[in-house]
Amino acid sequence: MKDVAVIGIGMTKFGELWNQSLRDIFVEAALKAIENSKVDHIDSIYVGTMSSGLFVGQEHIGAVMTDYLGMNPIPATRVESACASGGAAFRQAYLEIASGQSEIVLAGGVEKMTDGADVTESLATAADQEYEVYNGVTFPGLYAMIARAHMHQFGTTREQLAAVAVKNHKNGSMNPNAQFRSQVSLEQVMKSTMVADPLRLLDCSPVSDGAAAVILCSMDAAKKFTNNPIKVIASAQASDTITLHSRESLTTLKAVSAAAVKAYKQAGIKPADINFAEAHDCFTIAEIVITEELGFFEKGKGGAAVEQGLTSLNGKIPINSSGGLKSKGHPVGATGIAQIIELYEQLTGKAGDRQVNNARIGLAQNMGGSGASCIIHILEAI
Amino acid sequence: MISPRYAREIPQRYRLEAGRCTVCNAIYFPPRLICPNCKSKSFEEIKLNEEGTLLTFTIIRVGSEKFSKEVPYAVGIIELKDGVRLTAQLADCAVDKVEIGAKVKLVFRKIQEEGKWGLHCYGYKAILI
Repeated sequence: MKDVAVIGIGMTKFGELWNQSLRDIFVEAALKAIENSKVDHIDSIYVGTMSSGLFVGQEHIGAVMTDYLGMNPIPATRVESACASGGAAFRQAYLEIASGQSEIVLAGGVEKMTDGADVTESLATAADQEYEVYNGVTFPGLYAMIARAHMHQFGTTREQLAAVAVKNHKNGSMNPNAQFRSQVSLEQVMKSTMVADPLRLLDCSPVSDGAAAVILCSMDAAKKFTNNPIKVIASAQASDTITLHSRESLTTLKAVSAAAVKAYKQAGIKPADINFAEAHDCFTIAEIVITEELGFFEKGKGGAAVEQGLTSLNGKIPINSSGGLKSKGHPVGATGIAQIIELYEQLTGKAGDRQVNNARIGLAQNMGGSGASCIIHILEAI
Repeated sequence: MISPRYAREIPQRYRLEAGRCTVCNAIYFPPRLICPNCKSKSFEEIKLNEEGTLLTFTIIRVGSEKFSKEVPYAVGIIELKDGVRLTAQLADCAVDKVEIGAKVKLVFRKIQEEGKWGLHCYGYKAILI
């Protein structure tokens, strides 16, 4: 396997981009990444999108994007793994280069969620349509059931959930591409509209438009374009049952721990070696469970950790320095790529006010559905 | 929902039919073609026990368009007496009376209406016992 590096990044602002189309936001992000990387050609493209068909009625996304990038006839493939589609696209690009098949690959992600579709119904397609959604459960509802079980089993508190949102909004206020650059108080989160008990509006990531793209390159070729390639030292993926109810434990995310074990082994490191991480905080409870599954905290202690500031920007292990899905926004297919962009910015020392001290190794954890798929990448500054 | 898709699920939604692996005895709802536990392809049809315990739940306050007229309603994960777990709405109860550990029983109910004709779609909900 060849070594692979990230050598360029580009993204749109995340938010309600009513004046731009699905293809335009993807092309904007991709062109920025190409320009940023200074590459002279691209061998192939992977595009992550969860549900362009339901959100805007467009499938065959690989072809649309390559056409509008003016890059025909290079191969382009759409990759889907629900909310982990971006991470899955990045992983396919990584594998294509690692295998020696290609030298330079663009991995992007995109979602246009504000064009009028029933977002609640569309997002729920990431769960089991016949045995969960049919009975009226929503996506926030699934995570709410995880939250209630976690509170019941470990004593996690409502305030601890809210602390995740407060922290991530604070980080996002320093991210120029974030959808919400406003900070929120613990009280505001606790008093926001109830969506699915015990989760409130400010526990939920927003509905967003946005696109993100990165350029991956073999380490050998990377030296032609940059003095500062960021090496991909692990790419791992794992699966779990599609229904939440089928899992032995309702408070663990086995796909996350399984992918993490593989990723740490591949990189030859331990959880303690990770300097900072982007976690898939689609809901506040998700971040708490994920930090436990990644081995940063003991099972059941994730809530206390965020409350004690251990996951803050200057804490023991900063989580979601970008603002996370909560504050940066969650254009579903773009999220996994945007996480890689945050890793790149931190590892190249270009994260501005939200720069993590001594950022040398970063982890990105991207998750589909209620945790049925998980993709983890670890990147290192060399 | 197109009719073949709905019709296919009737044995599960109306009659709680599940598959029991004849090798390792694991029960699957809905039935499967291969046992994830022992990889056997041999199953016998059984009917699920209707009684169980509520493991976790939520109260949906914001639903999809299809369920928007029914909010707030409670949905939970139930472990039936035979060990099978499923997701179901909790019917005939005040949502603030629902709690983890509650004993419940599955009942046959209308679940939703489909399409512009309002086709009734049925299935199971749980009631507190």
